[in-house]
Amino acid sequence: MSPAPASSFAPPKPTPVWLGWLTFAFFIFTQIYAVVTSPADAMMGHLQKMMYVHVPAAWVTFAAFGVVLVASLFFLWKDDERADLLAASAAEVGSMFCGLTLVLGMLWGRPTWGVWWSWDARLTSTLVLFLIFVGYLALRSFVEDPHRRGQWSAAVGILGAINVPIVWMSVKWWRTLHQIQSNPRGLSPEYLRGLLLNVAAFTLLTVWFIWKRYEAARLERAAEHASQAAALGGYNG
Amino acid sequence: MAFRDDVRRIRAIVWKDLTTERRSKAGFNSVASLGVTILVLFGFALGPDAQALRDAAAGALWLAVLFAGVLAFNRSYQVELDGGALEALLLYPGARWAIFAGKLIANLIFVTAMLVIVVAVGIVLFQVRVPEQWPTLLGIMMLGVVGIVALGTFYAAMSSRSRAREVLLPLLLYPMLIPVLLASMEATKAFLNGDLLNASGAWVQMLSLFDVIFLVATFLAFEYVIEV
Repeated sequence: MSPAPASSFAPPKPTPVWLGWLTFAFFIFTQIYAVVTSPADAMMGHLQKMMYVHVPAAWVTFAAFGVVLVASLFFLWKDDERADLLAASAAEVGSMFCGLTLVLGMLWGRPTWGVWWSWDARLTSTLVLFLIFVGYLALRSFVEDPHRRGQWSAAVGILGAINVPIVWMSVKWWRTLHQIQSNPRGLSPEYLRGLLLNVAAFTLLTVWFIWKRYEAARLERAAEHASQAAALGGYNG
Repeated sequence: MAFRDDVRRIRAIVWKDLTTERRSKAGFNSVASLGVTILVLFGFALGPDAQALRDAAAGALWLAVLFAGVLAFNRSYQVELDGGALEALLLYPGARWAIFAGKLIANLIFVTAMLVIVVAVGIVLFQVRVPEQWPTLLGIMMLGVVGIVALGTFYAAMSSRSRAREVLLPLLLYPMLIPVLLASMEATKAFLNGDLLNASGAWVQMLSLFDVIFLVATFLAFEYVIEV
């Protein structure tokens, strides 16, 4: 419960909003580009366009949780509160995209596979990942002390990240032993450019979201520290 | 020398936790009764058909152990917190991991004792045929219990000291335990069916891997969790 040095709680200068608008405009452009340039798929028809939101959302989910893992490890190592706030911001954005991945996948699965849900390794481990990080965010909201919250959620975040490949492996085995085949899907190169552009756009959007959330979190902490200091009489605020 | 001191610390904590439990018995009796009650409820959910019950026995047994065991993990810290004893425990000299090891072993003994009762009742209620290699099955079940108890003891160190501890522990613990539950259920099910396909070997490997990884991870992380 020892307070970290006050210098890290100086309120950050906000990043200009036009960067966000630019990112959003790029995202709109890549979506339109991908939808316009890709021909109708032989099997799925125009349902294939779902790929340009579903696959990038899945990719940024894992990227965001990678940020959670790295920031959590850094926090335990250096005890820098900013790393904890970054991990929390990435977890919030990652959970949002994880939920989006699941919902978009279901919307895609219903017309193509005929079912909303199938218990295959990818779907199930994505759902478990979502649940693990819902727990992570719940833990954060139930713990008041900032230092304790940081240490605990870092531990939960790291253990959760370790568990993801194990969950994936176990569900995969569970499926193979039950003799149910997976759904093999190939991707022809003419769809690839639109997909890669959208992956880039989603990544930029995620960076923007995490960064803005992180700025807000730092402002909140700076305000808390200022009010604490004022209560102790050391600050003329 | 230092290691021998740690072993003595661990033994002291195990002895302390088990003595507290043995003298009151309230915790064990209620948790074991809850495990049996959950089995009965599963019996109602799965219907009176004998074959359906037998097929679902492995899953029901493990879920009963999990649901009842979760109460034991929070309790193990709650008893300390009620008496203000956790601070004292942390003030004693010695490594933090010794506290975790002590709590873990005590919980292991507690949950194993509960498992014995739940399995005995489950064999009767679900009309399970006891396989000939039952000692091996017992070994597999112990692997599963180690996985559940390691993560349960670790997460309870946090949840028991937070608001909303009743909901927080299952919320954190259950998704994390999916691999261990899946492996335990499948290995147990394969064994109860005579293991004609030799399917349990892969699951036993998975269980051992899970146990090793999470024992190491929780031992390393416990220091960060208990000190704040």
